[in-house]
Amino acid sequence: MNHLLLGLIVLPLIGAALILLTDGESESGLRNIRWTALFATVATFVLSIIAWKAFDPTSAAFQLVDEAAWLSDKIRFKLGVDGFSMPFILLSTFLMPFCIVASWVSVEKRVKEYMMAFLVLEALMIGVFSALDLVLFYLFFEAGLIPMFLIIGIWGGKRRIYASFKFFLYTLLGSLLMLIAVMVMYHQAGTTDIPTLLAYKFPASMQTWLWVAFFASFAVKMPMWPVHTWLPDAHVEAPTAGSVILAAILLKMGGYGFIRISIPMFPDASLYFAPLVFTMSAIAIIYTSLVALMQEDIKKLIAYSSVAHMGFVTMGLFSLNMQGIQGAMFQMVSHGLVSGALFLCVGVIYDRMHTREIAAYGGLVHRMPRYAVIFMIFTMANVGLPGTAGFVGEFLTLLGAFRASPWVAFFATTGVILSAGYALWLYARVVFGKLEKPSLMSIQDVTGRELAILVPLVVLTIWYGVQPGAILDLFAVPTEALLKSTQAAAQAAQSVASAVR
Amino acid sequence: MTAPLAAVPALLPALPELVLAAGSLILVLIGALAGSGSTRFVQAMTVVVLLVACGLVLGQSETREITFHGAFIVDGFARFMKVIVLLASALSLVMAQGFLNRHKANAFEFPVLVLLSTLGMMVMISAHDLIALYLGLELSSLALYVIAAFRRDDLKSTEAGLKYFVLGALSSGMLLYGASLVYGFTGSVEFTAIAKALNGHASSGVIFGLAFLMAGLAFKISAVPFHMWTPDVYEGSPTPVTTFFASAPKLAAMAMTVRVVMTAFPDIAAQWQQIIVFIALGSMGLGAFAAIGQTNIKRLLAYSSIGHIGFALVGLAAGTINGVQGVAIYMALYVVMTLGAFACVLGMRRGDHYVETIDELAGLGRTNPGMAFGMAMIMFSLAGIPPLAGFFAKWYVFVAAVEAKLYALAVIGVLTSVVGAFYYLRIVKIMYFDEPKEAFAPLDGTLKTVLLASTLIVFLFWLWPAPLVNAALVAAQSLH
Repeated sequence: MNHLLLGLIVLPLIGAALILLTDGESESGLRNIRWTALFATVATFVLSIIAWKAFDPTSAAFQLVDEAAWLSDKIRFKLGVDGFSMPFILLSTFLMPFCIVASWVSVEKRVKEYMMAFLVLEALMIGVFSALDLVLFYLFFEAGLIPMFLIIGIWGGKRRIYASFKFFLYTLLGSLLMLIAVMVMYHQAGTTDIPTLLAYKFPASMQTWLWVAFFASFAVKMPMWPVHTWLPDAHVEAPTAGSVILAAILLKMGGYGFIRISIPMFPDASLYFAPLVFTMSAIAIIYTSLVALMQEDIKKLIAYSSVAHMGFVTMGLFSLNMQGIQGAMFQMVSHGLVSGALFLCVGVIYDRMHTREIAAYGGLVHRMPRYAVIFMIFTMANVGLPGTAGFVGEFLTLLGAFRASPWVAFFATTGVILSAGYALWLYARVVFGKLEKPSLMSIQDVTGRELAILVPLVVLTIWYGVQPGAILDLFAVPTEALLKSTQAAAQAAQSVASAVR
Repeated sequence: MTAPLAAVPALLPALPELVLAAGSLILVLIGALAGSGSTRFVQAMTVVVLLVACGLVLGQSETREITFHGAFIVDGFARFMKVIVLLASALSLVMAQGFLNRHKANAFEFPVLVLLSTLGMMVMISAHDLIALYLGLELSSLALYVIAAFRRDDLKSTEAGLKYFVLGALSSGMLLYGASLVYGFTGSVEFTAIAKALNGHASSGVIFGLAFLMAGLAFKISAVPFHMWTPDVYEGSPTPVTTFFASAPKLAAMAMTVRVVMTAFPDIAAQWQQIIVFIALGSMGLGAFAAIGQTNIKRLLAYSSIGHIGFALVGLAAGTINGVQGVAIYMALYVVMTLGAFACVLGMRRGDHYVETIDELAGLGRTNPGMAFGMAMIMFSLAGIPPLAGFFAKWYVFVAAVEAKLYALAVIGVLTSVVGAFYYLRIVKIMYFDEPKEAFAPLDGTLKTVLLASTLIVFLFWLWPAPLVNAALVAAQSLH
């Protein structure tokens, strides 16, 4: 029995326990806390690399499976990964050390609780992506709300309380409908074991309702238009590292849920609802891009651009073909890197000026040339410039959508143009222009610590833009397997329909 | 019913109850003869008696035994509930010490009254006919009326006692009326005999009686629409008394309700299911919405308890073994969470001055991180957020409801729990997000222990749920 995945979940928790026992008042205690947190996250990342090496991408089966008795013999504590979950686990463990370093000096109050919240959050995120039991999945999925609620509420900005409540209650409402659906599936199939449920055929009429219930949860988490309104608030008020985690990983739980549960378990309903998802995605892409154009707050702008990018993901997923799903998976990973990096970039100037107003900046290139270059690269990746990771996902999802529905692809493509509009305009207003504001005269360029965070992300963003195969190969086999099963369901549905005729 | 009435019934199954009865009588005598100097001794001995009774219950054989000519039953369900009731009573007594000492309200009558009330609850749990049920209920309630008004020089406390007594007497009357109708139409007071006489057919007289019976029971578990007394009594009673009210009596009344409907009226489930669904919906809804505006923490917990009774009733509404198992798990975890929450409320003290408004908790996360963390975890658990224990409590009752195809009940139930989450979050927000107020006095050792134990159970339940889940399953199966 292989306990690698369990180790991935337990390791951050051990770090959190060690921090709990450390004195959080003295200067040396604080240093110990920061280093413990960094060490725990780096160790988790190393362990995830080991898990990656032990993982065989040529198999569609669940690997590194680890299980134990839990609530009953039908509801077991079962962990495992396949090609869909492995990239997300790596993304989570990879970004976490950066979040810790990014909070090194910017978080001053209650450092102890802050680091504990992040480590617990990391354990829960890995749990979501490795759970092979629906109840366990739900447990990790929901439990993440508690640390995130505290992170936004304690270390957030001015309207943090409003934002934290909105975040919590919005997500909880969606998730509880999913909980009912999990109960119905448990009652119907007699188990909550995900591999068993993947093979189980739910009656078509039931699929519709189950799909809707899961959709309520994942669409809020994604977030899809029109239930995205919690995201800008949460992003704006959260501390920098909180925004990074939110954008890079928590949002991906929605997409992961679609690909792990909704599409394979309810193929008929997914086909049936695909036009709805397309419409919502196209609206999201165009509408939120337009909204992003008008934002005066940098973080809010990036938050809206996240919603637009997630629109590409849902569009790609529900085009239900190889390019669409591959592109959506790639888009999620690249968006994790790029949006995380963008929030880190905003954090760099926020730590210096303590404002996120676009109007408060201008002409930074004169004082911060290195920053201007880094921010440029991530802006371009956000726009989807070929050669950056952002391009591959957008291109593939558009290709997939075009095969499924040319009109959707047509409308979504206008979103690409709009994204160039808001991203470049943002860049121009912040970085270019005359350096007129007296407060900016003495602003410092990126420090060594900040470079250490941003440069690896730059390298990866370009590397995966040039070499997308490194990621695409991870989930090529499970995508084929997924398509095979959904297409079989589609054909069965068609033959039933023709038989009725 | 084979034994002639004159024969002496088997006393062994009722041994824990006999110990409690004898213990309370002896302790009254000691207290009365030795005067106020013996208070401390009586308190300690009461806890010992409760724990001895608990040990005896645990030592009872696994079989189902009926004695006192069918009036008294001991089965897995009764043992499960009795253990929790006895532990909850003992803990609330221990937790009460600091408060009573500081208010100079420490009289030997208090522990003895708790003991008598607990005896009544034991009889309620084991009642197998309507007369034993009524006897247990009244024994327990009369003691509760007195301790609600235990601080007799305090206006609110006496008001709480009087209110509780008047409304309680009314509900007892309804229950008795319902019981007499059921007896009149079935010719028996014993539960299994009633079930046999009904044979799946309910005449309108029986339904009428059942409705009145349910009204009386709903009052005792404080379910909507018979909940009105709860906020006032919770707020008015001295806090240790509220702690006791919120734990053991709730559990005993719920156990009694479950037994009545499941053993006396199993074949006419369609009749009482409607009532249970209705009061479950009402309780969940009212508990969620009415708690939002509360400023007093005891009053807030009163509404919260109404809501939680609603959730527990969702399991009963299913009317299946799994449903009863869900109720048992729910009530057990509810008692754990309630005792922990009240340990915090009892810890809201500056010097000798106790405070009760929620705003006083402001900044507790900084002034007393341990207490705040415990309270926060209990609040998240009451809101039903995984991986805390409260989530699993909800999981089992809602799974039972889904299995019984009560989809609307399940969906409305989870929606109200979103509303409920709002006010639990508000407490967390006040403790962690607001600016600190003057720190509370350090927690008493007993309160600290209770809070720590409660937090650990709430926090770690998901790692090892099997003991409680299996015990609850055994308890539920013994009802059939």
